[in-house]
Amino acid sequence: MESIEFLPTFWFILVAVLWVGYLFLDGFDLGVGMLMRGWARNESQRRVILNTIGPVWDGNEVWLVTAAGATFAAFPLWYAALFAGLYIPLTITLLALILRAVSIEYRGKALTARNRDRWDWCMAGGSAVAAFSIGLMLAVSTTGLPLNANGDRVGGPFAWLSWEGVVGGLAVVGFSLAMGWAYLGLKTDGAPREAAHRHLTRWLPLYLLPMGAWGVAVVSRQDSLIPWILLALALAAALGALMAAQLRREGWTFIALGASLLTGAAGIFLAVFPVVLPSTIDPAFNLTAMNASSSEYTLNFMAWVAVIMVPIILAYSAFVYWVFRQRLHETHIPESHVVTPV
Amino acid sequence: MDPLDIARWQFGITTVYHFMMVPLTIGLGLVVATLQTMWHRTGREHYLRMTKFWGKLFLINFIMGVATGLVQEFQFGMAWSEYSRFVGDVFGAPLALEALVAFFLESVFLGLWIFGWQRLPKRVHLASIWCAVIGTVFSAYFILAANAWMQHPVGVEMVDGRPVMNDIWAVLTNNTLLVHFPHTLAGALSVAGGFLLGIAWFHLWKRRRDGIDTVAADGTVVVGTTGSKGRDETDYRVWYSSLRWGAWIALVAFLGTAFSGHAQAQLMIQQQPLKMAAAEAACHDGTAFSVLSVADLRSDGATDCDDVVGVFEVPGLLSFLAHNNFTTDVPGVNTLIPQYQEDYGTHLPDDPMYGERAGQEIDYLPVMEVTYWGFRIMITFGGLAALAAAIALWLTRKGTVPASKPLMRLAVAGILAPFGANAAGWIFTEMGRQPFVVAPNPDPTGIDQVWMYTAAAVSPGVSAAELLFSLILLTTIYAVLLVVEVVLLTRYVKGGVPAGMPELTQDEHDDDGGGAGKDGTVDSDVLAFAY
Repeated sequence: MESIEFLPTFWFILVAVLWVGYLFLDGFDLGVGMLMRGWARNESQRRVILNTIGPVWDGNEVWLVTAAGATFAAFPLWYAALFAGLYIPLTITLLALILRAVSIEYRGKALTARNRDRWDWCMAGGSAVAAFSIGLMLAVSTTGLPLNANGDRVGGPFAWLSWEGVVGGLAVVGFSLAMGWAYLGLKTDGAPREAAHRHLTRWLPLYLLPMGAWGVAVVSRQDSLIPWILLALALAAALGALMAAQLRREGWTFIALGASLLTGAAGIFLAVFPVVLPSTIDPAFNLTAMNASSSEYTLNFMAWVAVIMVPIILAYSAFVYWVFRQRLHETHIPESHVVTPV
Repeated sequence: MDPLDIARWQFGITTVYHFMMVPLTIGLGLVVATLQTMWHRTGREHYLRMTKFWGKLFLINFIMGVATGLVQEFQFGMAWSEYSRFVGDVFGAPLALEALVAFFLESVFLGLWIFGWQRLPKRVHLASIWCAVIGTVFSAYFILAANAWMQHPVGVEMVDGRPVMNDIWAVLTNNTLLVHFPHTLAGALSVAGGFLLGIAWFHLWKRRRDGIDTVAADGTVVVGTTGSKGRDETDYRVWYSSLRWGAWIALVAFLGTAFSGHAQAQLMIQQQPLKMAAAEAACHDGTAFSVLSVADLRSDGATDCDDVVGVFEVPGLLSFLAHNNFTTDVPGVNTLIPQYQEDYGTHLPDDPMYGERAGQEIDYLPVMEVTYWGFRIMITFGGLAALAAAIALWLTRKGTVPASKPLMRLAVAGILAPFGANAAGWIFTEMGRQPFVVAPNPDPTGIDQVWMYTAAAVSPGVSAAELLFSLILLTTIYAVLLVVEVVLLTRYVKGGVPAGMPELTQDEHDDDGGGAGKDGTVDSDVLAFAY
């Protein structure tokens, strides 16, 4: 086994943090997006839940841009192998994220109920497909692709398809739904808040089941105990979230779900470290944090940028959440505005 | 089909498309932030209305830039994995910097601005649009840093056949970047200027057509009102100010593009002489700038460089563009190609990374029709837009636009000219770098030993079928969304100020001072804005 170096390890942790940040923050956006068709039954319910994420979703999506950009800068070989290897699922991810983004801005501008419905389907479908394919990508990165010595995927356009990938996709869909409900419980009053209570107390274990399955599948491939302990902590946090949901402690439900994600992801990332993308053809072709990374100079410089910028980003993002801390109720939503020529 | 060709078409289509939204976002963002500052300073109503109206169009366009920007970041890895591996050490850093320094700022504060009307103290709300706009400008800087490195690699040394960064400062102060950046910003402002000009013209014309504004015997405007807040005297001020702002912005931006473009040409002649020669369709060394050249088609349809005939040339101008004098010869294609062949070889290496192209002869000449016409379309459209702005300033000096409908249509159509100039400029500079994706620079300030052929950059593991799948899918959805965006923009333009400011007409039913008060606070729980 090759020696563990500080900077690549630091960057491995940082990329993991960026992905966890993305899943946590955009997780509830994607969940709320799915619920635009999955739960909401009428226009006023849709507008209430859409506006809970209105001011923040775009900032949350930047965590994805940053995770991808940081992977490119710090681990170009990982970025190249993973993104080219998953060409078709990533094309679909892009399509889904485009439709989701555009539908948030444009649905309220539709003139007819039918067009609004179309945008809502773009929103719900785009959110579900994006969550699934991002989960698939992350799961494949932990379980491997058929990579040759150059890091190129062999075996055709669908060589990435594996049951672990599907489980990972379902994991992020389920987790996003749980986060979406927890967020609505925290940010709304009235029907969505009640529905959040009902759904989380009944279905939370089901939402988190695929995430658990992915964790066990990855962690059982190695011998160390610590990842198992982290998974156990994730399970404990998930149970805590369930209890908090039953007690109607919405803030704690949300925090416990976040803690469950953090510990679970830590367990999974630790279980695979230092491998960032295994080759299913030959372990000699595995990409690791060491052999896939950029030079020390680049890692060092970018580490300083990240250490300075991430706390600043967290601070101003927190300010925005604080400004929009008010719970939304149907009565808070202004009448929709029909534009007519002057 | 060849995966390389599909990947190149995809990159070209998605990039040109993305760059229709980007300059409007940057330019209009700066305009909206300035307008809001003017409102903050003077308290004059028409600045608020302008902020809201142009702000709404800004947002309709912004979201398309966001949505299509993600494709740009992902496709380096997806379709160009060999490129990503080769340049990742130096090219990934500006992309990650863009996300960390610029894109978060832009996205988070824009959300705050959209929903922050009447909820934030005015000063904080104003600061939030400036943060977002500064984010868009920083974003442009970092992306151009990445692009400038492909045009002029600096700040690296070659280690095991790959460029490894050893000087980030050199990458961020690349001289190519320092001229790229003002050129791109000026280009963005020219788009915003034309946009303001065309749309404001339409509304002023409409006010005249509807008999609201009339013209006195001496030609000066007599402003009227219909009593409706969307069509009162303040509404006239909105459009007249917008028109004058737009025309001045377009003029100043044109001067900015001209001066920065001149600086770019002077660097280009040193860094990528063949791009300059191809831009001029100049086969032989010379000093003349070609205004129009045509190819003398042979009977078999084939032509080569020597068949290009200059129809109209300005002697000495090319030397001026390149060297600031009128007599220094600028090398032509026939001089440069043997130099390139000597420096970089006549055939692609017999290496599996080149696939079927391994060992093929290298054509160092970019597609000359594209570079030659790209260069000229850029200059022509940019110049036409500036000329139109100058004429508009003169025609509207007495307070309104002429009643002529064709002239109004021309002003609206003129919105497209700066978009065309931007697209043509990018197509020229990117196609002009071929056959290289990272262009080698004979210039002593660059590093001559760093280059990469485009043919070597494409993902080896990705099949033509996959690339075709994404090309068709993305092109289709982009086409549909373009129609949607244009329809929405048109509807909001026709809706005038009330389209961006619903409270304006709602207040008409509620004249007792309720609703949003003048002190900028709300006395009810209803949100000032919601999707």
